Amino acid sequence: MNPIAQTFGYILSPANWSSTASNPIGARLGEHLWYTLIALVITAVIAIPIGFAIGHTGRGRQVAVLVSGGARALPTLGVLTLFALLLGVGLEAPILSFVILAIPSVLAGAYSGFEAIDRRTIDAARAVGMTEWQIVTQVEIPLGLPLLIGGLRAAALQIVATATLAAYVGSGGLGTFIFLGLGANDFVQTAVGAVLVVALAILLEIVFSILQRLVVPAGVRAGRTSFGLVRAPRSRSAAGSPLQEGNN
Amino acid sequence: MFTAKKRRLAVFGAVAIGAMVALSGCSSSNPLKSGSTATASAGTIVIGSQQYYSNTIVAEAYAQALEAAGFKVDRQFNIGQRSVYLPELAAGKIDLIPDYSGNLLQFYDAKTTAKSEADIEAALPKALPSGLRVLTAAPATDQDTYTVTKAFSDKNGITSLADLKKFKGSLVVGANAEFQVRPYGIPGLKSVYGTTATLKAIADSGGPLTVGALKSGTVQLADIYSADPAIKANDFVSLADPQNMILPQQIIPVADKKIDTKAAAVIEKVDAALTQEQLISANSKSVNDKSSAAVIAKAFLQAAGIVK
Repeated sequence: MNPIAQTFGYILSPANWSSTASNPIGARLGEHLWYTLIALVITAVIAIPIGFAIGHTGRGRQVAVLVSGGARALPTLGVLTLFALLLGVGLEAPILSFVILAIPSVLAGAYSGFEAIDRRTIDAARAVGMTEWQIVTQVEIPLGLPLLIGGLRAAALQIVATATLAAYVGSGGLGTFIFLGLGANDFVQTAVGAVLVVALAILLEIVFSILQRLVVPAGVRAGRTSFGLVRAPRSRSAAGSPLQEGNN
Repeated sequence: MFTAKKRRLAVFGAVAIGAMVALSGCSSSNPLKSGSTATASAGTIVIGSQQYYSNTIVAEAYAQALEAAGFKVDRQFNIGQRSVYLPELAAGKIDLIPDYSGNLLQFYDAKTTAKSEADIEAALPKALPSGLRVLTAAPATDQDTYTVTKAFSDKNGITSLADLKKFKGSLVVGANAEFQVRPYGIPGLKSVYGTTATLKAIADSGGPLTVGALKSGTVQLADIYSADPAIKANDFVSLADPQNMILPQQIIPVADKKIDTKAAAVIEKVDAALTQEQLISANSKSVNDKSSAAVIAKAFLQAAGIVK
């Protein structure tokens, strides 16, 4: 059997999914997905309010770009090892390093979503007597949502690929297969881990792309199809995903 | 588009980056060149070492001792793993490398039944490819151990792997991921000592993360190499292995035909002086004091009276 057939044979074999297997695939998949979700939720709680504040006021954008650009340059393995030395092995260190990895994408998604809104729309909202809070919650958040989801989507992809590092500090996940395969010269194991990570990443992409389509407000959708959209964004135009580059 | 100022800045940046690339090219020799072995003269002994700081210290000690005895030496250190350097040795591109007895035998004879150091050294000459031989091994060994904290050992009366059976409660071993499948890992613990343990895979080969997990009690047992200074520094107890489940790994030099009787005598003199205490103290100087291999090897050879 060639290694590719062996890899898929391993994944498809029910024995490797049963709870008595030394490395049950289901459990590792579950851990991996769980770590990704925890990190994504923590990231969202931190980055979305800050991004909204920056997007609404237009202040602090330079600082945010600078800080998140810097955070993006941090090598996650180094950050992880540093935290693991301080906090010990376990879940805290990997989750913290995944959050640091994901914050720039979500932050950029949140503020660029606000910035991409036609200023005349916001001026109109102000003119009809909406308070600032009403403008944020009823105009800016709904209109900025597609870009925010785009940011979350990019962040989820980065985390799901990097969550393999959880196995470096004894927290399992799909990285277990990769580290075991590398250490034991069993490259089928390594490929099993890699294929499962790719599958999980594609699944998350599908979920987020559906979500992204669903959250486009009805009015914007109608405007796009029948009139074509003429916008006057505040600083720069943004469409689709706020991020064009790859992860890490 | 560009203002004059911006253009100047861009030119300056491009020059700076170009200069950096050019300078970094000068700073070291080309890592892709095939090694200077081809140009080494006939009388030069080429010494290799694994990509492992402790191995490099031993190789450096061989090199300095040979130089003091009048040999010409070419150092080709940090060559990665066995599958890379042993074929080079067999091909005559490297003449000498310090290796570890058990793993060396298993590389050439994966099905070997040899368990003790004596059996391994008896089996090695037959297992090695023609043209290669091993010299006398040093007393120092650098092998996997199951290590526990002093408190755990005292509280439960556990000093040997055979004692683990009487421990009530779950046992977690902190080790590299491959410990899950190695014969001396989790499977061996079960089949040889009748002890069930689970693995906490920590991928730093017994380094600071594994030591930290043992100290904090996240794991009860940890795979730490026997020559690691962390064992002594933390007052850890390495469990005895009465069934010889873990292969002994004494430091043993592998040599090709270029190492004549006179050179072999010099190397064996270094080996004789390389006791476990000496190896641990040398490793500790590297890990804790950040001394270079050359400095550590020189101090060791001077203390042993091999060089002045």
